Amino acid sequence: MAKTAPLRPFWPVLAILALAAFLPLGVSGYVLGLLTLAYYFGVFAMAWDLLFGFANEVNFGTTFLIGVGAYSAGILDNRYGLPIWACVAAGTAIAVVGGLILALPALRVSGPYFGLTTLVAVLLLQNFVIIFSEVTGGEIGLVVPDVITTDAAGNYWIALALLATSGVILTTLSRSAVGLILQASGQDRIQAAALGFNVTRHKLVAFSVSALFSGLAGSFMVFYMGTASIGTLIDITIGVQIIIAAVLGGRRTIIGAAFGAIFLIGLTEILRPTGEVATFLVSAVALLVVILAPNGLTGMVARKARP
Amino acid sequence: MSKGMPPLLGVRGLTKRFGGLTAVNKVDFALWPGEILGLIGPNGSGKSTLVKLLMGIEQPTEGSILFDGAEIAGLSTHLVARKGIGIVFQHSRPLERQTVIETILLGLLPDSLFRLSISAEHRARARAIAEKVGLGAVLDRRPSTLSFADLRRLELAKALARNPKILLIDEPFAGLTASECAEFSSLFREQRSQGKAILLVDHNVRTVAALVDRVIALCLGERIAEGKPVDVMRDEAVRRVYLGGAIEAAPRNGTGAAGAAPLLELRGVGVRYGKALAVDQADLAVGENEFVSLVGINGAGKTSLFNAITGFVPHSGEILWRGQPVKGLSAVRIARLGISHCPETRELFGDMSVRENLDLGGQRQAKAESDDRLAWMFELFPILKSRQKQNASTLSGGEQQMLAIARALMTDPQLLILDEPTLGLAPIILEQLSKALDALRQTGKVGVLLGEQNVTFALPHADRIHVMDRGRLTWQGSPDRFVHEAGANYLI
Repeated sequence: MAKTAPLRPFWPVLAILALAAFLPLGVSGYVLGLLTLAYYFGVFAMAWDLLFGFANEVNFGTTFLIGVGAYSAGILDNRYGLPIWACVAAGTAIAVVGGLILALPALRVSGPYFGLTTLVAVLLLQNFVIIFSEVTGGEIGLVVPDVITTDAAGNYWIALALLATSGVILTTLSRSAVGLILQASGQDRIQAAALGFNVTRHKLVAFSVSALFSGLAGSFMVFYMGTASIGTLIDITIGVQIIIAAVLGGRRTIIGAAFGAIFLIGLTEILRPTGEVATFLVSAVALLVVILAPNGLTGMVARKARP
Repeated sequence: MSKGMPPLLGVRGLTKRFGGLTAVNKVDFALWPGEILGLIGPNGSGKSTLVKLLMGIEQPTEGSILFDGAEIAGLSTHLVARKGIGIVFQHSRPLERQTVIETILLGLLPDSLFRLSISAEHRARARAIAEKVGLGAVLDRRPSTLSFADLRRLELAKALARNPKILLIDEPFAGLTASECAEFSSLFREQRSQGKAILLVDHNVRTVAALVDRVIALCLGERIAEGKPVDVMRDEAVRRVYLGGAIEAAPRNGTGAAGAAPLLELRGVGVRYGKALAVDQADLAVGENEFVSLVGINGAGKTSLFNAITGFVPHSGEILWRGQPVKGLSAVRIARLGISHCPETRELFGDMSVRENLDLGGQRQAKAESDDRLAWMFELFPILKSRQKQNASTLSGGEQQMLAIARALMTDPQLLILDEPTLGLAPIILEQLSKALDALRQTGKVGVLLGEQNVTFALPHADRIHVMDRGRLTWQGSPDRFVHEAGANYLI
């Protein structure tokens, strides 16, 4: 394995994971529900960081990938009554296919145009859901008859397991030989090509992997919430929150994005009593972190930890 | 090298046009295994474009590139690289987040999507390559902590890691000390002895004469000479390109500007880019309405010096405008003092019309005044008048240069800084430009600081000449003294 980044945070992360696994024994269902949501967002943010931090592409279409996965899984359950595992698998696969259909033309254009193309994809999906409301539930939302479990601890553990698995796979990938090639492609595409690497193909694969985890977490989330709606899965503001979480957590760290998501959702909840001001305060904090510590929260911690 | 064998690389009729500009024009050459071929030419002659065409970074408009007998023209860069062509870029482009050893490892990796681990064998090879180029002591350092020469070594190491049959090396010696140059030269010789073919790009023959087996010279995209270094140095066409024929001085009519109070004064100015020293202890002055030419080959530091004056790069030492230091002023404030900078790259607004570009220059003046200046510009460059409505990007190179100068003059400067206005222009255009500069000088309205590698162009208008060589101002004097003293030693 390339020593792109030493496995320094391995033990602390393992300790935090162990602690998190025993959390249902000590905290209320309300907190568990909040963390469950935060873990799903953590997966979204980690998947986004693979593209932003490593492939150097700003993907505004992350909710397109999530939405395609979630709605596909939900519709398959709602209309065809397929078993949940099949819905999740199919939702994930369709998200990957959707991601490829989006990325193939989007990666032909470079720089800001890639971002714009992905942004338009989100709007298209939003309209698609509204136009085909008979199948998708339109603006009211899609009701999913089945849920995996109604037990708060059960749902929490599923989300935690998904977060941990995604984190391990994405981290391994980002620090591997392909991760090194991906980083080189992101930093200087001409140079990477001059070393014989097919830059477009590597970015396309990174996009597919990002789509896979976004779609997977999106599909699971539908069966946690029991519904799918534009406002909770596709809306641009959701995408922006995921981006803020990833940047807040620390670019190019993968797990930092997960911590960013937990921090962001936790902070929003703590500030909820302030009403309308909450959103403003959260955005202000995010802005401050991005300006004062471009390497995010993990960057701050890493700097402190260094002798 | 054995000419009986078919060449490793055969280039025929290679042409690249960017819109109306022909950057490379029907170039033919061949490269055999075990030889170092020098590719020389002044700035703007098409060398870099040619290298990009070979590497597939730009696609040729016409022509063929045979590698080992197979056509590679039009292939994308990664496919060209896999055939066995490697490149050492002119500017170091390190991967900032990777260490030296990781960067070299990257070069060793196959283009696989499924390879997660890096084998011990690869690590050992990466280390061996690092040792060979002299990076053994800095394996785990990141590029930001490396010296300039080490960054160049890293570029070479990366290219060597792929074990290419042909190495394209773009200006390897720029910014290196003599001993570092010698070190790199011996590395290139070693590659040659192993049967590799090297295409070495440089500005002039002298730097590479001892190293190369053969030289081809480019000018304005065309091959003008080929042969042994000594022969190319003596070649009439090559001498004309570098020296521009006979050097003549033309004194100004009427009042000379010598003795006028200095408008701009530089005292011990230095410019540094990280580790590279671009300008060293430069002293220079331009008087009111004086025309000063700064001559030197590309890479001498002219542009850096100009950028320091106009506040685009930080400097050490003192730059005084009418006796007041400009240090700390932003580029905008410096421009408003009355210094107009016409950069080498022209920086026109391509999607705006000629007229809009000019009007932008006159933005900060009263309407009547800017109308007057516009009329004067059309008098100076009549062609611009007929092109008013055209988009700037559709102009020919020469017209673009005229527009760039006119736009700079529209701001009513007291000092006009002209950086390489002749870059890539045909002789006929040079004549027109030369006339316009002469007219400008005769008006006595503006001081000019001209940076040029074309001495013939720089000389006739100048009141004073400075010669710049590797960051230092090495000579100054009047144009006629230049003809006698410096001209003979200058260039090639």
